[in-house]
Amino acid sequence: MTATALPAPRSGVEATRPATAGRAPRSENRAGWLFATPFLALYLAFLIGPVVIGLVISLFNTTTVRAGVGSWVGLSNYADVLTNADFWASMWHSALFTLLTTPILVLLPLLFAVLVSRMSRNQWFFRLAFFAPYVVPSAAVCLIFAFMYTPETGLITNAFGWFGLTAPDFFGSTSGAWFAVVLLTVWWTFGFNFILYTAALQEISEEVYEAATLDGAGPWQQIRMITIPLLRPTIGLVLILQVLSSLKVFDQIYILLTGGPNYTTRPVIQYIFDTGFSAYRGGYAAAATMVYFVVLVVVSVAWFLVRRRSNSADA
Amino acid sequence: MSTVVAAPAAGTESSGTRRPRRGGEQDASGKLFNRLAATCVTLFALIWLVPFLWALITSLRPNEEIAANPTTPWSDDWNLDAYSYAWNSSPLGWWYVNSFVISTLTVVFTVVVCSMAAFALVNLDFRGKYVVFGLVLAGLMVPVEALVLPQFLEFRTLGLLGTYWAVILPSVALPVALLVFHSFIRAIPVALIEAARLDGAGWWRIYSQIAMPLSRPAISAVAILTFITSWNAFLWPLLVLTQTKSQTIPVGLSSLVGGSAIQYAETMASAVLGILPLLAVFLVLQRQIAQGVANTGIK
Repeated sequence: MTATALPAPRSGVEATRPATAGRAPRSENRAGWLFATPFLALYLAFLIGPVVIGLVISLFNTTTVRAGVGSWVGLSNYADVLTNADFWASMWHSALFTLLTTPILVLLPLLFAVLVSRMSRNQWFFRLAFFAPYVVPSAAVCLIFAFMYTPETGLITNAFGWFGLTAPDFFGSTSGAWFAVVLLTVWWTFGFNFILYTAALQEISEEVYEAATLDGAGPWQQIRMITIPLLRPTIGLVLILQVLSSLKVFDQIYILLTGGPNYTTRPVIQYIFDTGFSAYRGGYAAAATMVYFVVLVVVSVAWFLVRRRSNSADA
Repeated sequence: MSTVVAAPAAGTESSGTRRPRRGGEQDASGKLFNRLAATCVTLFALIWLVPFLWALITSLRPNEEIAANPTTPWSDDWNLDAYSYAWNSSPLGWWYVNSFVISTLTVVFTVVVCSMAAFALVNLDFRGKYVVFGLVLAGLMVPVEALVLPQFLEFRTLGLLGTYWAVILPSVALPVALLVFHSFIRAIPVALIEAARLDGAGWWRIYSQIAMPLSRPAISAVAILTFITSWNAFLWPLLVLTQTKSQTIPVGLSSLVGGSAIQYAETMASAVLGILPLLAVFLVLQRQIAQGVANTGIK
């Protein structure tokens, strides 16, 4: 699922809670570890574990069909990955998907959340209409959209005709395929960002708007001078969540297009999937995993540092 | 992207969307602005409902009629045949059961495990506490979805492939969930906990009878979001659950995409059946779900 990534580091103040005076008594020390152990064990086994395993396996010519790691090959898997045109093509597809979806999914929900927040009634209706798609499994979304994209008979294909346009070939051409998958993604994940914005909008005090109205500010001025500046942190948050989840795209492209036509939309995760599970090149796919992993971590760390700086600038 | 579809306006005419909540007394141009905005947003929302309605309508029409008039939203012969066919032709019942068991167990484990750790990090002074906290923060940046390959090899070595555990275990230790609990438990007055200590309550009692009841909003936020995420997970269950009968709803349904081109109604009926459980949950818990997203996603 694209937008499911809920992560959002809360502001970095937690760690500074002053320790309750003096040394911890032994019983408290033991209790602390007992409470934290289930989490720590699962965390180390299934979050840190795969990172270490991936790192190790990327140095061997492991195959996915047999147990065992195979023989040591040093960094040659990395050399292969980094010089492989298919790998870079799939990296580009994930990046392109991010470039295509992020602006729409950051700005459009913002616009609609702002407009909806100005209405007095029926907000539940908009929440329902926009957010409901988010709870639909990717496969069901793809079933419905595949049907609507059907050449000649599909609803969306026909909708182009109503405006005097010709629908692109959604499954046969690369640009048509991108259009199909981006439209589907916007429909599917729009609501998540919409809700984030809506929640932030509710925190803006009514009095600010009343004061602005008394000063003669029109609705557009209010939105531009009050709402948008106050929403800036939320826009930043939505932006990074969107970038991270778009970079991890897999479901829609795999189910709707299997990365086609002719692998021209195949994202990195599917590349890893294909080389690791269909071609059984475990070591090679692990090297690709690690390269991709580093890219994602760099993006999150960069965001974290930017946030830290802007937080301390505010304080 | 606004080229979507001209909505065949559904009956839900939302009257009363026109009164501006913000701004009180408005001049003429302000009123016009709000009216225009309301119309635009309402239209957009109606378009958003089209895929749902379209799937539903199609699933209720006979196939011959769909083939003859693919874009007519009306039928002379509404029927439920496609549903019984869809139910009988694929192990949908099993998929429901699997999805339900996996999601429920994931929720229970996530809530218990993450809240316990959060409680320890807030209220208990133990050696290495700050290292643990640092690990959790670092964990926020680990993109688990990218690690399916090494994870798969790990579970094969453990011999857990094809079991529910393979799906449940990796998603339990969720750093975001821990942080949500952490911020709630931290808001509980220290005096309350110290009073309980003086009365001789053990840590487990304080956790289960004071901290947990007071973090009910956190529990519901984490539970709801974990349930949705787990129910809709695709890639990992696709890899580890290979038997048709052991699959979850999303994985099972995905095998129907690109299938028979003429069984429109059956395909849409399966899609509707796949949507139904979570949509029902959503309709009942709309407010809480929105709140949950806001609580976990923001700040």
